[in-house]
Amino acid sequence: MKKIAALLLIIALLAWPFAVGEFYVNLVSQIFIAAIFAASLNLLVGYGGLPSLGHASFLGVAAYLSALISLRWGLDHSLSAPLALAGTTLMAGLFGLIALRATGLGFLMLTLALSQVLWGTANRWVALTEGDNGLRGLTRPQVFGLNLDDSTTFYFFALVVAAFSFWMIARLVASPFGAALQGTRDQARRMSTLGHNVWLIRWVAFVYAGFWGGVSGLLFVYYHKYIHPASLSLTNSAEAMLSVIAGGAGTLAGPAIGAAIILLLKNYVSAYVERWTMLLGFVFVAIVVFMPDGLVPGVKRLWARWSRR
Amino acid sequence: MQFWVIQTLNSLALGGLLFLLAAGFSLIFGLMRIANLTHGAYYMLGAYIGVSILKVIPNLWVAALLGGLTVAVFGGLVERFILRKLAGNELGQVLVTLGFAYIIADFCLVVWGGDPIPVPTPEGLDSPIEIAGFMFPAYRLAVVAIALATGVALYLLMERTRLGAMIRAGVDDMQMARAVGIPVSRLFTIVFCLGSALAGAGGILGGPIMSAYPGLDFDMLPLALIVVILGGVGSLIGAFVGSFIIGFVYTFGIALFPQFAYVILFLPMIVVIAFRPRGLFGRQVA
Repeated sequence: MKKIAALLLIIALLAWPFAVGEFYVNLVSQIFIAAIFAASLNLLVGYGGLPSLGHASFLGVAAYLSALISLRWGLDHSLSAPLALAGTTLMAGLFGLIALRATGLGFLMLTLALSQVLWGTANRWVALTEGDNGLRGLTRPQVFGLNLDDSTTFYFFALVVAAFSFWMIARLVASPFGAALQGTRDQARRMSTLGHNVWLIRWVAFVYAGFWGGVSGLLFVYYHKYIHPASLSLTNSAEAMLSVIAGGAGTLAGPAIGAAIILLLKNYVSAYVERWTMLLGFVFVAIVVFMPDGLVPGVKRLWARWSRR
Repeated sequence: MQFWVIQTLNSLALGGLLFLLAAGFSLIFGLMRIANLTHGAYYMLGAYIGVSILKVIPNLWVAALLGGLTVAVFGGLVERFILRKLAGNELGQVLVTLGFAYIIADFCLVVWGGDPIPVPTPEGLDSPIEIAGFMFPAYRLAVVAIALATGVALYLLMERTRLGAMIRAGVDDMQMARAVGIPVSRLFTIVFCLGSALAGAGGILGGPIMSAYPGLDFDMLPLALIVVILGGVGSLIGAFVGSFIIGFVYTFGIALFPQFAYVILFLPMIVVIAFRPRGLFGRQVA
């Protein structure tokens, strides 16, 4: 049953660009990007029990680095992409050193404060980032001679990157390290007694999540060919967190489904309702109040009840 | 020389406003373990409501009182009917408070529009005072005085009254406090209302300095967060000291290195976090 569903999903994703118009192709490309971003956050929130409200730092910094390296130094994408990822991962290492001085809500406030510092700097350091105007004139890379400016080509590029990211994240979760990470989430003291270095496990998970957040940031800046401080904002972090919660924290598919829901809401509802910010607020409240453990676990529970009958 | 005097005074005034904001945030966090991300929005809401009250009653102090009360009622309702239901779900509570921050932000945009609204300085405080050859803007001195008075009042409330003793007991050991018959549930609502009122009143008191504008909420929230991380959660003295440190660092950062003001802001936080993860005056680890 599960295999058939997975096969159907793969076929649907491969056939999608040939079945629908450009708008829908681009929409799903954006969902891929948001899904990688949410999945990387889910590593922390769902598997590590580390509620980060500053994950936009990694998306935004990777995007800004890639843009700045291309614009200011004129380097090719084949150099700017690895440099941007390396820079983002390094920053994740530093941020981890600071934020992991605390856990729980303290961790949340530290990640939030750190990301707000970056957001404020992106807004104010106009000489480097153009401030509120954002950086324009960016290009998409050429991958193996393929022109990513074409929306269908970009769709498949994003699909491949997303599939690889999810596979790498799933592998980490299934590995002994992933088991240890979930152990530190559930019983940190016991893990410590068993001889695991709880802090180091969390730090490695933080850096790994930061790296994949950076990957989503690269795709993000390639897709939009433009970058604005809003990508570093609390709203961006919070939307990713909401995706994780809505889909189901600590499940592999949850963040992808949550990201799709949020993005569809944003695209469709904001076309009819002018007040997206207010609606987003109500969505936050509604999801937490009515769907506290997320869609995927909720559906699973219903499924289990139904199949037992 | 005048530059340093003025900036020092600006720092003190910002520190005072931050204290009004951070004290409530810190108390709520300490007692209820809620990171109330609506707090910046309460500050902005207070500023806007104060603006509207000023049109009817042209007295800033009355506006601050009424604005604070209105925000307190709103905060109490949110606590009673939403946050209460999510007890134990820390992350859920954070997201709900953030959701309300967005709702309030957009509500203010609809009602009061997108342009900054200046708040007139109260009469008698609008001209500078001359002390020892330097000109001091009187209103800023008044803000500092109000913050000091509030700090003393809060200190006395916490240390010298029965209510304060119960709140301290709740912060230290919630379960024991419940067991000995302290009405913790009512304390939650009281503290939440008090924190909201301080934030709302702070918003309109800050009006003559900062005016009321969209985005004020998310300009103030990170500052309050850093104050609380620096001072230690649940600590009144921590919030006080942290507020003035951040007031100085931020004001001089903006004046001297405008591009890096946020980066400089973050230095004292790193130093404190590195050596004292619980903050300068925090007792429990956050």
